[in-house]
Amino acid sequence: MTLSRRTAVTALLSLPFVLQSGSAGATPDSMQAALKDFTGGAPVTPERVTLKIPLLVENGNSVPLSVAVDSPMTAEDHVEEIAIFNEINPLPDTARFHLGPRSGLAAVETRIRLNGSQTVHAVARMKDGSFWSATTDVIVTAPACREV
Amino acid sequence: MTVLINIPDTAAPGEIVEIKILIQHPMETGFRTGLDGTLVPRDIIESLACLYLGEEVFRADLYPAITANPFLGFHLRADTTGDVEFIWTDNAGVTSREVRTLTVS
Repeated sequence: MTLSRRTAVTALLSLPFVLQSGSAGATPDSMQAALKDFTGGAPVTPERVTLKIPLLVENGNSVPLSVAVDSPMTAEDHVEEIAIFNEINPLPDTARFHLGPRSGLAAVETRIRLNGSQTVHAVARMKDGSFWSATTDVIVTAPACREV
Repeated sequence: MTVLINIPDTAAPGEIVEIKILIQHPMETGFRTGLDGTLVPRDIIESLACLYLGEEVFRADLYPAITANPFLGFHLRADTTGDVEFIWTDNAGVTSREVRTLTVS
């Protein structure tokens, strides 16, 4: 097979996309370790959880976050815990919310600090022991945590 | 310490009410260096629980990644008239408590 000019140009143009898709899935090890600690290695399905954070954040010191899980919240079937993880703050743990059937609705909101642009993860543990998750990419222009 | 709690006074049985709480607190991370070059000691609220009719409805474990003056919003299913208690503890072990009454009719 001879390498035509067209093939060469197409290959060259697609290179950035290949590199990008490769790096998007790679997350820092400490966060993966914290996540595994939470799930105990159980499979996590990226469904049923809605994680809302502004995509572009000017001030990393106060980032509104809301997380909701699709669940009837009955005594038999409810969300027991929701864990929020970040990738590049000094600690991967961000917050943990314990819920129960008396909550009525699995929707929690808070405000967090983010030490730079990253992917924020929310993982929910149901009463039946299954895990569900959602992730959101956030761009932070002024990071929190480290400055005086 | 100022605490703002937003909870309706009355609710219908079975109604899901939204609760919002804002606590005045520095939530010092323990990762920052002060002007003298030494680390500023950690001072955060580590957990906040909400009890309704003596039963836990919601509990949050907070980490340094939560903002100063932490804000939390969550929900509660109204059942009968009773107290809604808010109890939070900081990393020095100091516990604070606030109570509101929810009238269900």
